[in-house]
Amino acid sequence: MKCGVVVFPGSNCDHDVYHVLKHTLGQEVLFLWHGDTSVQGCELVVLPGGFSYGDYLRAGAMAVHSPIMAAVRELADNGGRVLGICNGFQILLEAGMLSGAMRRNQSLRFECRDLFLKVERHDLPFTSGYRSGQVLRMPIAHAEGCYIDTGGALDELERNRRVVFRYVDPEGGEASGENATKWNVNGSARAIAGVCNDAGNVLGMMPHPERCADQLFGNDDGLAVLASAVGMAADPKGAVA
Amino acid sequence: MTVRARVTVYPRREILDAQGKAIAGALGRLGFDRVLDVRAGKSFEIVLSDNGGSVEEELGQISEQLLANTLIEDYSVELLESESA
Repeated sequence: MKCGVVVFPGSNCDHDVYHVLKHTLGQEVLFLWHGDTSVQGCELVVLPGGFSYGDYLRAGAMAVHSPIMAAVRELADNGGRVLGICNGFQILLEAGMLSGAMRRNQSLRFECRDLFLKVERHDLPFTSGYRSGQVLRMPIAHAEGCYIDTGGALDELERNRRVVFRYVDPEGGEASGENATKWNVNGSARAIAGVCNDAGNVLGMMPHPERCADQLFGNDDGLAVLASAVGMAADPKGAVA
Repeated sequence: MTVRARVTVYPRREILDAQGKAIAGALGRLGFDRVLDVRAGKSFEIVLSDNGGSVEEELGQISEQLLANTLIEDYSVELLESESA
């Protein structure tokens, strides 16, 4: 599948995503410059992590107005796949392509550590390589990852099954009560770590699947996100046949 | 003619303002016992050319489209002064 990785000024996970798509998964990959006005026929576009435009104003707020974003929006409207990771997720929220918003982590710290995620949806183009309810270990690295929305909007999100990943404890138990500060470190509403749009072709997630996509890194729990996205559901630990 | 204006953006009241809370805590530790609450926001000073259109309306659009994320933030617009070029 032809894949594009958008490079904004300040992106810093662009090469990691490129590496996994190209060298681990053997896909055709190109970098898309933020000033470009076309996705050049890519069927999957990844908005990578980093600090686009230095996180000026609000994380992701400036990147939304980059020329490439009109083409990314058009791709999504036409059913193409768009994956936003970390800062990419923040950009998709600011662009209104996903619902909700990000606030500073409740800890007020930049949190960089492995957390645990429960797969709430395994029927999406990005999660077909997982089992429903599977627990994944994935690193986060962000200061603005406290996902919030109005109570009504969160109810609607749940009703429409748009919560894709949720922070849990290592055994898959809810990250609530005493568990919340330890396993939902950014304080996200309902422990939400990743959401999709109604059609399921746009996914935003705060954890970094590209940083745990090879056993060489000691963890490949994230590989199936990118493998699924390119139609190669290849989670070695639990792919659905 | 130019117009100088100030746009102030605050987290909405119903949203936990973790920064404001941390600042209030620090002020308490410094001995400012009267401080009950702090909200942390952002302030923008904007100079516009006054070409006859409604400056306030334009500042509203500027705030909605870029300066504030109205899902989580409220904004207010204040005209400070007009100056002849």
